[in-house]
Amino acid sequence: MAKITYKHPNGTVTIVDVQAPNTVMRGAKLNNVDGIEAQCGGSAQCGTCHVYVDEANTLPLPEMDSVEDDVLYGTACERTEFSRLSCQLPVGDEIDGLLVHLPEAQS
Amino acid sequence: MAAHAVVVVGAGQAGFDTACALRSRGFRGRITLIGDEPPGPSYRPPLSKGYLAGTVAAEEIALRPPSFYTEQDIELLPGDRVASLDRERRTVLLESGLRLPYDNLVLATGSRPRTLPVPGASLTGVLSLRGLADAEDLRLRLSGPPRRLVVVGAGFIGLEVAATARGLGHDVTVVEAQPRALARALTPTVSDRIVAEHRERGVRVLLGREVTALFGDAEGRVQVMELDGGERIAADLIVVGVGVLPNIELALAADLLVGDGVVVDAQLRTSDPDIFALGDCARFPSPHAGRHVRVESVQNASDQAKCVAAAICGEPYAYTAVPWFWSEQYALRLQIAGLTAGHDETVTVGDLADGKFSVFCFRGGRLTGVESVNRPADHGIARRLLTAGTDLSPETVREPGFDLKRLPRTPTTPTASPSRTTTQERLSVHA
Repeated sequence: MAKITYKHPNGTVTIVDVQAPNTVMRGAKLNNVDGIEAQCGGSAQCGTCHVYVDEANTLPLPEMDSVEDDVLYGTACERTEFSRLSCQLPVGDEIDGLLVHLPEAQS
Repeated sequence: MAAHAVVVVGAGQAGFDTACALRSRGFRGRITLIGDEPPGPSYRPPLSKGYLAGTVAAEEIALRPPSFYTEQDIELLPGDRVASLDRERRTVLLESGLRLPYDNLVLATGSRPRTLPVPGASLTGVLSLRGLADAEDLRLRLSGPPRRLVVVGAGFIGLEVAATARGLGHDVTVVEAQPRALARALTPTVSDRIVAEHRERGVRVLLGREVTALFGDAEGRVQVMELDGGERIAADLIVVGVGVLPNIELALAADLLVGDGVVVDAQLRTSDPDIFALGDCARFPSPHAGRHVRVESVQNASDQAKCVAAAICGEPYAYTAVPWFWSEQYALRLQIAGLTAGHDETVTVGDLADGKFSVFCFRGGRLTGVESVNRPADHGIARRLLTAGTDLSPETVREPGFDLKRLPRTPTTPTASPSRTTTQERLSVHA
């Protein structure tokens, strides 16, 4: 179980508890957090579950693989060094307290 | 708010997303979602892939947990169907006897598989794959010892089923009437690569061959498929994937304009302005195709849902989203951005031999679509370029060392992506 915070572009935040083996993307879907489309359902195809991990984050996140890296070239909003696909971020105790920022648009 | 009661007929991706998009926009009226497929809205793509292989569980394909519908005040009526529609009184009558008034009706009735027009097509063991029940049936039949499976139709569904079944160790044959696979959807370069992959994996692929009849045993179980020329193939199981037909019966009975699908305008309104149609069942004017088309994809369902919700909320816009599709077969990641049919020029980038390449399709010198095999960056960037209307000439793509990743990023103007009109500040626990 991990507490995940989704911060919307307008400043509002949604905090939800997500259980393993879900992902940060699915945590948003299960709790009806707006702003993550995930049209491909989490198979790293579409780039519509793009999030920015908070700059101050020190929690251990998995390394980005080459597919995720490639898909991030196609996001609707600018890619930054903090960009990740939320479908590629598995939820577990070690990321309890993660804060991610949602982009203005996903598609 | 223009409307206060919205009835959505069909709880597939298009209907479900319409209900969600209405609430996201701040619509506070009544939303009723009618679906004939219990238990409720589910995500279809894994049905021919992970769900069929047994690696994705049923609860993972539910689009939302049951609590979602209560929280969002969406009245979900799974397992019910519309019996009739009264446009004058603006009510629908359900088979359960329930009568629902509407201000706006949304037809998201989807499509159903075509059947094989040959003798023996109704034998036991001849299946098609559409909904969860079909997938469950097929999954059970594929979960045992190796069987002889024949897939009719080398389209996306047929080839995905073939790849999944082969991965499970079954003996698989694919029979396709066209001279190549995915002939309507893809360029020969990509369809040839896909067929080569199937053959390398041990699938027998027969192209340009017609099925003429199916024969069964005394109990009515399919045993043999006969092809043109008389060749016979032994089969324990046949999966028919020869396209779909839009579910237009309700619209027809209500005297709405129908063609190959329910005909809608750029805002997805039918010939009755209070009624919308979207997703697989809708035939809409596509600026990308330059004509009316029906598109069967998750992207189309999801993006059209935003358009319908906006119109119901009084902020209509024309549906112009760039179509995109994907398929996964073995380790092939196939992605299509835009519409590639009708091109007059192609340029292939990458390496055919190592199986990582993209085919750029042009019409009159303008980029209309990109088909990518294991080149996900090309796909994403192409979608962005097509959305922004950025010009990319065949000459540019042909230049040695051309790489989409090195193009300067052009600002994207998202296609009328609806803005959030509600905020949520809550702490919720999902158990």
